Amino acid sequence: MDDSALIDVALTVNGTHYQRQVESRLLLSDFLRHDLGLTGTHVGCEHGVCGACTILLDGEAVRACLLFAAQVRGSTITTVEGLAAADGTLHPLQEAFRQAHGLQCGFCTPGFLLTLVPFLAENPNPDDREIRQAISGNLCRCTGYQGIVDAVRSLSRTGAPKPAHEAET
Amino acid sequence: MKPAPFRYFAPETLDEALSLLAEHGDEAKPLAGGQSLVPAMNFRLAQPAVLVDLNRIAALSFIRPDDAGGVVVGAMTRQRAVEHSELVAARAPLVTETVPYIAHAQIRNRGTFGGSLAHADPASELPAVALALDAQFTLACRSGQRVVPAEAFYTDLFETACGHEELLVDVRLPTAAAGSGFAFEELARRHGDYALVGVAVAVQRGADGTLIDARMAYLSVGPGPVLATRASASLLGTRGETEALRVAASLAAHEDIVDPPSDIHATAAYRRHLIEVLTVRALTRACSRAQEGA
Amino acid sequence: MSSRVFGEPIKRLEDPRLLTGDAVFVDDVERPGMLHVAFLRSPYAHGRLHAIDLTDARSRDGVIAAFAADDLGAYWQHGPLLVPPPPIADAVFYPRTQVPLARGKVRHAGEPLAVVVATSRYIAEDALDDIVYDLEPLDVAIELEAALDADAPRIHEDLDSNLAADVRQQKGDYAAARAAADVILERRFTYDHGAAAAIENRGVVADWDRRAERLTVWDTTQAPIPIRNGLAGLLGLSESQVRVVAPFIGGGFGPKIMMFYPEEMVVPWLAMRLGKPVKWIEDREENFFATTHERSQIHQAEIALDREGRILGVRDDFLHDTGAYNPYGLTVPINSQCTLLGPYRVPAYDSRFRAVFTNATIVTPYRGAGRQHGVFVMERLLDLAARELNLDPVEIRRRNVLEPDEFPHHHEIIYQDFSELVYDSGNHRPAIEKACAMIDWERERDGAGIQGEEPAGTVDKRRGVGLVCYVEGTGIGPYEGARVTVESSGSVSVSTGIGTQGQGHFTAFAQVVAEQLGVAVERVRVVTGDTRAFHWGTGTFASRGAVVAGNACHAAALAVRAKILRHASEALEVDEADLELVGGEARVVGAPQRRIALGDLAQRANPLRGAVAPGTEPGLEATSYFGPSRGATASGVHAMEVEVDPSTAMVEILRYIVVHDCGTVINPMILDGQIKGGVAQGIGNAFYEQLIYDSEGQLQNASLMDYLLPTAAEVPPIETAHLVTPSPLNPLGTKGAGEAGAIPTGALFAQAVENALREDLPDLEILEIPLSPNRLWELMCAARGEQA
Ligand SMILES: Cc1cc2nc3c(=O)[nH]c(=O)nc-3n(C[C@H](O)[C@H](O)[C@H](O)COP(=O)(O)OP(=O)(O)OC[C@H]3O[C@@H](n4cnc5c(N)ncnc54)[C@H](O)[C@@H]3O)c2cc1C
Ligand code: FES
Ligand code: FES
Repeated sequence: MDDSALIDVALTVNGTHYQRQVESRLLLSDFLRHDLGLTGTHVGCEHGVCGACTILLDGEAVRACLLFAAQVRGSTITTVEGLAAADGTLHPLQEAFRQAHGLQCGFCTPGFLLTLVPFLAENPNPDDREIRQAISGNLCRCTGYQGIVDAVRSLSRTGAPKPAHEAET
Repeated sequence: MKPAPFRYFAPETLDEALSLLAEHGDEAKPLAGGQSLVPAMNFRLAQPAVLVDLNRIAALSFIRPDDAGGVVVGAMTRQRAVEHSELVAARAPLVTETVPYIAHAQIRNRGTFGGSLAHADPASELPAVALALDAQFTLACRSGQRVVPAEAFYTDLFETACGHEELLVDVRLPTAAAGSGFAFEELARRHGDYALVGVAVAVQRGADGTLIDARMAYLSVGPGPVLATRASASLLGTRGETEALRVAASLAAHEDIVDPPSDIHATAAYRRHLIEVLTVRALTRACSRAQEGA
Repeated sequence: MSSRVFGEPIKRLEDPRLLTGDAVFVDDVERPGMLHVAFLRSPYAHGRLHAIDLTDARSRDGVIAAFAADDLGAYWQHGPLLVPPPPIADAVFYPRTQVPLARGKVRHAGEPLAVVVATSRYIAEDALDDIVYDLEPLDVAIELEAALDADAPRIHEDLDSNLAADVRQQKGDYAAARAAADVILERRFTYDHGAAAAIENRGVVADWDRRAERLTVWDTTQAPIPIRNGLAGLLGLSESQVRVVAPFIGGGFGPKIMMFYPEEMVVPWLAMRLGKPVKWIEDREENFFATTHERSQIHQAEIALDREGRILGVRDDFLHDTGAYNPYGLTVPINSQCTLLGPYRVPAYDSRFRAVFTNATIVTPYRGAGRQHGVFVMERLLDLAARELNLDPVEIRRRNVLEPDEFPHHHEIIYQDFSELVYDSGNHRPAIEKACAMIDWERERDGAGIQGEEPAGTVDKRRGVGLVCYVEGTGIGPYEGARVTVESSGSVSVSTGIGTQGQGHFTAFAQVVAEQLGVAVERVRVVTGDTRAFHWGTGTFASRGAVVAGNACHAAALAVRAKILRHASEALEVDEADLELVGGEARVVGAPQRRIALGDLAQRANPLRGAVAPGTEPGLEATSYFGPSRGATASGVHAMEVEVDPSTAMVEILRYIVVHDCGTVINPMILDGQIKGGVAQGIGNAFYEQLIYDSEGQLQNASLMDYLLPTAAEVPPIETAHLVTPSPLNPLGTKGAGEAGAIPTGALFAQAVENALREDLPDLEILEIPLSPNRLWELMCAARGEQA
């Protein structure tokens, strides 16, 4: 394998199978956004701090900017585009964000949503302190976080269901 | 902030990985969780020519009991798995207490136990914990394996005993003996940040209630994790009275080996002050736990 | 059925797009054949550029072109002076503006030296390493006071010193006030603001359509229209050939309105020069160096009071760091100078500032725009005076705030909008009492400073409270416009020229219009930030969107309403006065079966046959403008409760209260969000964020790892209450709210921490912001007489 050698990557994103060839150094965040056109995953720092690029890799929230596309061969990924139902009905967490004004510019929002989906699945009844800790790895510069905390609290009894494409299967 | 080009290998066995490292020497870097290495590559502070991705080596990811009552953690075990492991909680509670201080859930989902230990960031929690627990590191290269105690593993700033052709494969955490108590304290600017100062302590009481063992290990006070041996020794034979803890804390803050840096986050003087404050807090908790366990 | 939507917490219309990832941000724009750009930036804060050689970079595989300053030819020119100095007598001002690529000299680290265009950003960055250049480092002027020394390295060599401006404004006779005073207190204050650090970095995509001779630019700007007009001029195109789109923007907070950023000048030029779409997306590291900051001021300030605690006068002399260039004129220091006066009666004021060039990133307004600095000085002076006079901090404020009958209140000095600083309205005392009640001031203030709640053996913590006031001049001119159109479907479209960065304009403007036209908000589609949709206006800044553009929308909606009524009265053969607009229809009051849908009226107004009556216009459409005579004065009171660990100097904010008055409220949910977001930034400013430069002018913490934005774990729940004192200066009675939350937080934090430590350290004086645990510990040691 030399520098320019391309690596085959086959993976499933939001229930759709993709097969691409990538350069070894291509970041997963760039791959999702620019190779697959899934621009809902945002990039704010490319060093793992802001959380805007958070996605689900095999069900776990991780930073897409700290992974190479070459590493996710065979994986299953969920991005923000995979949360709402096919008919456009918002995922309950998305709806809760809207109701509680959990977003302003919305740039950070996809990362918060994908951090919170598995969190709520594991902790259906979090208190405010747990919610704040759970989102402390996501930076939001607009909201002051309160709307986000309110949104999560509003779901805390029911928990957040799985993303639409996972629930269907 | 895009990484420079590199050659990428994703071996599925340890042997393959070790061969690749042997072949490429210091041109190659192992890639574990990537939570420290990839940011450095994105800033182009690190430009390894070859990456050997360890993530497909299933054999490096495990948590299992050892015969002596301790627990062995494979290097590629995710920090989150360690955090939630009941075995670790039972046999190495200091680790369970400390892991949540590392970054955030999304980082710990990916970051590995071994990666954090091998990275040897002086501000990292786990190396100090490994030192306080007297953990044993297993290093492997193509020609075999060797076991290195935590104290010998950490050699200098971001430097360890792990050679270019070696990998850290697992870490043995000794059992918590009867009468022992642990605690971890740190001060970080924000939730999840690297700490300005942190301390991991492990103490053990004898049958008469006096302390027969004490290990106080610090982070962010030197080029690597630092074991304050003189201060730790001062506790032996005491019952962990407040005054004894104060003395130990003050000794720790002024021990030669404790040489906190002045940097953008804190001055050396403030760090020294924090060493004293946090040491008393950690020892207080550890000693009272040790009482319970005696 | 009530159709009232104005003033309601309507859920935002833009949210579904943002929540699903459908919203298009600049980096989401893809064009066929698009090329990618990386800039080579100066590693030195000050240097002389002798030579630059792009040969190797150009020959790298995948590199299309590379350019340095000389390659730009006649296109190379200084950026415009955005804001000329206001008409203040004897003001000294030396404008020096930035350039697209450095030529000859570099004045701050991160200034671009060259640009590489390649088939991917990865390759463009690779090629930066191929560039060979000879940049001789020069001594730097970075520290504010030292930069004014006679022998300081000179940043602009054609000037005699690094002095960028010297402005003095006076009101009353301060010397006389001082002579009559019972108490005089003088202190030195430093206040350092930081980086806006919007989570989205900047970006520009430019596409030149050679055959249509049209340039389209997607830009993360808060001011698309001025960018379009400026670009047309620079590139020799007519304004109608240039379309600037500010799509969804991931947070602005001020720095996204700077113009022209070097990249904003260079990228469109590259697109035309290369005949290919070109994209530049700022990365986080670049953002710390290349996007403007707000930084330090050092104030030497004095307050004179009588023994009752009434202010007789204030004198202030301050230095303001303007960075390497000053394209934004004097906006920031004048805001500091004017906002210092707060909601108070200040009979005499003597304020001088000097703006200073330094070898650091340019300073332009960032949320608050200098107001923080002024508020900090005044509020701290009042706190010190209260301590001196043994008064409660709230009491000294009660004695000095302006009463309702004192408005309009003339301050006799000039504000950033070039008009006299006049407060249009205000009602401060009820806001103070409300905040006191919410935080339970009487109980908390003198309550047990040492908490007994903690179990023995753990950490003793101290609690304290604070309360401060501020005013904010908002909603300044010159003007904004809006076009409202009823479409034949009955939908309403609204276009305005400002950009939007999360303030909910899609919803708030829809509410303003829906209210007048009697349609559901969901039927109103708002377009902002696209010069093709609307091309008159200035931009979103200075808390003016809701005020200025909101009132323009209101005016246009009123004009359309009049047209609707006229057509409906013809169609239904009734008097206009007998009609109401409800549910998307015009109805006869009392006979609702006699009605006509707005869509049908729109068709009638735009007939395919017949004639539109002479002197009238087709369609149910109107364009209106609003230009306020001067800014509307918003105000507020913030209170907080903190808990301090006296051993570590860590501070936790337990409660945060905002009582805010920004006149009429369009959407209380959105307003609340603006306030809370501002408070979070204020908290960052007070205790977490600081741009740290070393003596070489190097920014030491240019990453989000080291520049500490507060997270959800640091920002407390924020309780808000709103009072409504409508502005008499605009028909809606609105005042701006965008910056308010962030303005008084530093001053409040200082007061609350002092209060928490009052028993341990009664003499502790916090005269600087930001603090950190380390710095607070040092101040505590000093107050104890110890060496830190
Ligand atoms: C936002 C953020 C915040 C963070 N905060 C903290 C914090 O508070 N505390 C903390 O401790 N850490 C923190 N980290 C770092 C995180 O814990 C990393 O996971 C950890 O330091 C490295 O582990 P990794 O598995 O990601 O290793 P990698 O990044 O993959 O590797 C790190 C280094 O170790 C080497 N290496 C990895 N595995 C081995 C092995 N088995 N044998 C030999 N060499 C190996 C690599 O070659 C590389 O040089 C943070 C990271 C981020 C992005
Ligand atoms: S872009 Fe990945 S964490 Fe910021
Ligand atoms: S909504 Fe703008 S950053 Fe969170």
